[in-house]
Amino acid sequence: MEIVKAVTCPVCGSLCDDIEVVMENGKIVDVRNACAAGAAKFLNYNCEHRILKPLIRKNGEFVEVSLDEAIRKAAEILANASYPILYGWSSTSCEAVRVGLELAEEIGGVIDNTSTVCHGPSILSIQDVGIPSCTLGQIRHRADLVVYWGSNPWSAHPRHIERYTAFSEGRFQKSTWRRYLAKIRALIAKKKLERAFKRIFFKREISVPPHLRYEPPPFLERKERKLIVIDVRRTKSAEIADYFIKVEPGKDYELLQALRMLIRDQEIETDKVAGVPVEYLEEVADVMVNCDFGILFFGVGLTMSGAKMRNIDAAICLTRDLNMRTKFVIMPMRGHFNVTGANVVSTWQTGYPFAVDFSLGYPRYNPGETSVVDILLRGESDASLIIASDPASSFPKKAVEHLAKTPLIVIDPHMNVTAQIADVVIPSAFVGIEAEGTAYRMDHVPLPLKKIVEPPEGILPDEEIVRRILVEVRRLKGIGGS
Amino acid sequence: MEILIKNGFVFDPINHINGERMDIAIRNGKIVDSVDESSAKVINASGMIVMPGGVDIHAHIAGSEVNAGRLLRPEDHAKDVEPKTPITRSGVGYSIPSTFTTGYRYSRMGYTTVMNPSMPPLEAKHTHEELSDTPIIDKATFPLLGDWWFALEYLSRGQIEECAKHIAWMITSTKGYAIKIVNPGGLESWGFGKNVESLDTEVPYFNITPREIIRGLCKVNKMLNLPHTIHVHTNNLGKPGNFATCLETMKCVEDLAVDEKPVIHITHCQFCAFKGEDWRTMSSGAEEIAKYVNNRSHVTLDMGQVIFTDTTTMTADGPFQYTLYELSGNKWVNHDVETETSSGIVPFHYRRKSYVHAVQWTIGLELALLIKDTWKIYMTTDHPNGGPFTSYPRIIAWLMSSQARKETLKKVNPRARSKSLLPTIDRELDFYEIAIMTRVGQAKALGLKEKGHLGVGADADVAIYKINPELTDPSKDYKLVRKAFERAAYTIKSGEIVVKDGEVVKHVEGATIWLKIKTSSPIEVSEDIKRRFREYWTVEYENYPVSEKYLAISNPKEVEASI
Ligand code: SF4
Ligand SMILES: [Zn+2]
Repeated sequence: MEIVKAVTCPVCGSLCDDIEVVMENGKIVDVRNACAAGAAKFLNYNCEHRILKPLIRKNGEFVEVSLDEAIRKAAEILANASYPILYGWSSTSCEAVRVGLELAEEIGGVIDNTSTVCHGPSILSIQDVGIPSCTLGQIRHRADLVVYWGSNPWSAHPRHIERYTAFSEGRFQKSTWRRYLAKIRALIAKKKLERAFKRIFFKREISVPPHLRYEPPPFLERKERKLIVIDVRRTKSAEIADYFIKVEPGKDYELLQALRMLIRDQEIETDKVAGVPVEYLEEVADVMVNCDFGILFFGVGLTMSGAKMRNIDAAICLTRDLNMRTKFVIMPMRGHFNVTGANVVSTWQTGYPFAVDFSLGYPRYNPGETSVVDILLRGESDASLIIASDPASSFPKKAVEHLAKTPLIVIDPHMNVTAQIADVVIPSAFVGIEAEGTAYRMDHVPLPLKKIVEPPEGILPDEEIVRRILVEVRRLKGIGGS
Repeated sequence: MEILIKNGFVFDPINHINGERMDIAIRNGKIVDSVDESSAKVINASGMIVMPGGVDIHAHIAGSEVNAGRLLRPEDHAKDVEPKTPITRSGVGYSIPSTFTTGYRYSRMGYTTVMNPSMPPLEAKHTHEELSDTPIIDKATFPLLGDWWFALEYLSRGQIEECAKHIAWMITSTKGYAIKIVNPGGLESWGFGKNVESLDTEVPYFNITPREIIRGLCKVNKMLNLPHTIHVHTNNLGKPGNFATCLETMKCVEDLAVDEKPVIHITHCQFCAFKGEDWRTMSSGAEEIAKYVNNRSHVTLDMGQVIFTDTTTMTADGPFQYTLYELSGNKWVNHDVETETSSGIVPFHYRRKSYVHAVQWTIGLELALLIKDTWKIYMTTDHPNGGPFTSYPRIIAWLMSSQARKETLKKVNPRARSKSLLPTIDRELDFYEIAIMTRVGQAKALGLKEKGHLGVGADADVAIYKINPELTDPSKDYKLVRKAFERAAYTIKSGEIVVKDGEVVKHVEGATIWLKIKTSSPIEVSEDIKRRFREYWTVEYENYPVSEKYLAISNPKEVEASI
């Protein structure tokens, strides 16, 4: 038995890097410290949907081919296209994204990542007004107020609360998990509680984090951490909150504006805003103003509902307003484990985080025009490469139709819905398990992804596959060199 | 490959060569005595200036804050694009160019080495990934260490050796090059939205003052025998009256100097040379600072010159950036990094007609001209804070020609003009002095022994500019000077011709220079330190260091510490 320590979990944007993987005979037999979702990935990644051979559609049927043939076919499709799209990139390594950008530039295509359909509005808002933010450790050490808005970390980022926010322990903040435990005990039946906690915490030995080596003087102990959850429904996360605001669906913008008014000590005439009594909002606004360090996490519940981008504008402005009274920061809860990395790499190479169009020979960016969904809806692209993503299961029907109509290359470990309608399918290794690389946590902290096991025979990492396609494209175009 | 640069006017101050007509020979990336003329590639440099490649001691070109600036400013990029060519990658400008464009634009001006002065250690991999995507130029990066909890704790307890060991570990594991200190104590305070007011304000919860941090790290720097001095962005940056803080900062390490050697570098000095009580009465403190520096030898500085243009400000100084945001009402990014540092970004437009901006413009030039010894002050804009690095040729013109300065002075805010010393300063720098301020002095201050000169054994990083010092009077023909420095006739990097007539003719990778510091008893990586690590940061000890594979070309320099 061998234990690989400090493994980064390639599942969600929390990017926990304290995972321990137990190996026997070159196989993963157990996983420690991960949540259920993380553990499932390490234990079950090699499931039956795995593709093990490159496939090319011939006369409507998939035929197994050699890797070289699949690469050649993919390169031909891309080299002959006049407006190809390259989409996905959020569940792969930064190294793969780097090569992807080079490929997109070489073929004059459009490269876009999944932020276009999740946190796109957040990015547009940041470009409008900026963003006061920080790394997650800053929250762990300092935040005495944590707000989750339109996100349910309990199920989407299961260890977020434990590692970085309410239940974590930092220099200036004690963990509040005992308090919550007591509270929940009173609230929920004992059985239900135990089940919930077993899943999240008791799986590893429960560790009240050890005290700091240099015991901070008593004056360091600040106010008790408080947790506010704002959502359209009472989620698991809401149950452990000190304040829960149930906002009417699509009314987040009104609620944000009301909070902004209250924070600036303005009166609100009505009794209720977005279905919430104003008195309650006043109490919440007080808590916000009186904290020493507050953080607002927001999820797709805010970016993809109602006023979308205006929601985020308002949320950031709320945070800016709060900075006139105290310290307050804000952070999007990014879903895919490396969607942040996809944005980061795209930005340093092209200046833009997603939806980058190289058709004029230089990077151009105009979401709504150069974003892949819109290109597909307008039926403008004439070939596609989809990598580490399954747009056919999430894009609008009309977009998927166009995707299927034009030559389609899929690079993925799984036979997902998009792969099923593809013309060329190239199986890839799981980065973070079978291949190494780099990923960026939701707060932009880069972390190494490890290679723990060998991929199946003949299966390459995304980075390598894309590089081979690029080399082949250049060969077809008569350009030498790398 | 062998190259022979024939007949150029060579400016090589380290070897005391001042515009002599001579040949420079290159073999295998190094300057050599001679090469075989019949087989070497011969560059006819007659009527041209030959200098060592440009060295920039302070420009924000890579890493999380720079990239956040890029993300923040699509409007900055759309107006300045670089299409792909058969040789070069595409990209965008203007104030925060994408990585490829950054490398190309520097090399087109004859620059071959750039220091990236602010790296949050926790995000070091990001910085290095970007640096590796920045072609042609060599680079190094400075980890931000002035507010690092480990350092503050050891220094406050007087455990200076313990502190030094940890700093050595940190610089080596983040592949850094120098100790960067930004608003010491202020960044930790900013964690709770506060700042420190003076060198003697106590940092909340840490029982230490900025003065003690600066002195402590200055001693650490000496113990570790680092090639550069501590690199300091002072407290109170960007505030009227801060020239006093700047003087205090320089004074506070005066006694630590030995043998007249510099022990502190004050960066972008323009931003901490303001007199006055508030923005209305704000004026230049350049004269006082120059007077102090002229009588001392323990300090070097860089200008942080302001250019009248639209740019993007970015520093690790979170509270300063917040003030800029409040002043300008522009969009604002803040990014605090656990246990280490903070940062902020605000777009900014320096306007000729603004009193304050015009005063800032005069301060940078006054500093450069009033400080007599060009080995002490170097040309920077604190890119992109004072303006993009592509404005350097314009600054060269101002430094070489009082007429060029007068032309600009005519157009600036009249109150600023009438209060400034600048119109009375006649000093005009010559090419020898320009070589010192734009490369040679910088290489020396950085301790880069193979750079900044053209002696045998030096790196073959050479810039050739199409201007004839015998026929041109820079004082009058400053526009020609500016043009020549904008587009190098040739840039040679590690012995390869990468630029010809201002265009990139070859894409090569540049190296990342970093320090491998050897201490006699390095810190022990015990379970205890790993646990402490886990408490301070949200990442595991094993995942913190930057491995060499993040560097396109790795160029480690071994340093033998005295502890
Ligand atoms: S919270 Fe996310 S990153 Fe952490 S273990 Fe669970 S799935 Fe993995
Ligand atoms: Zn700077």
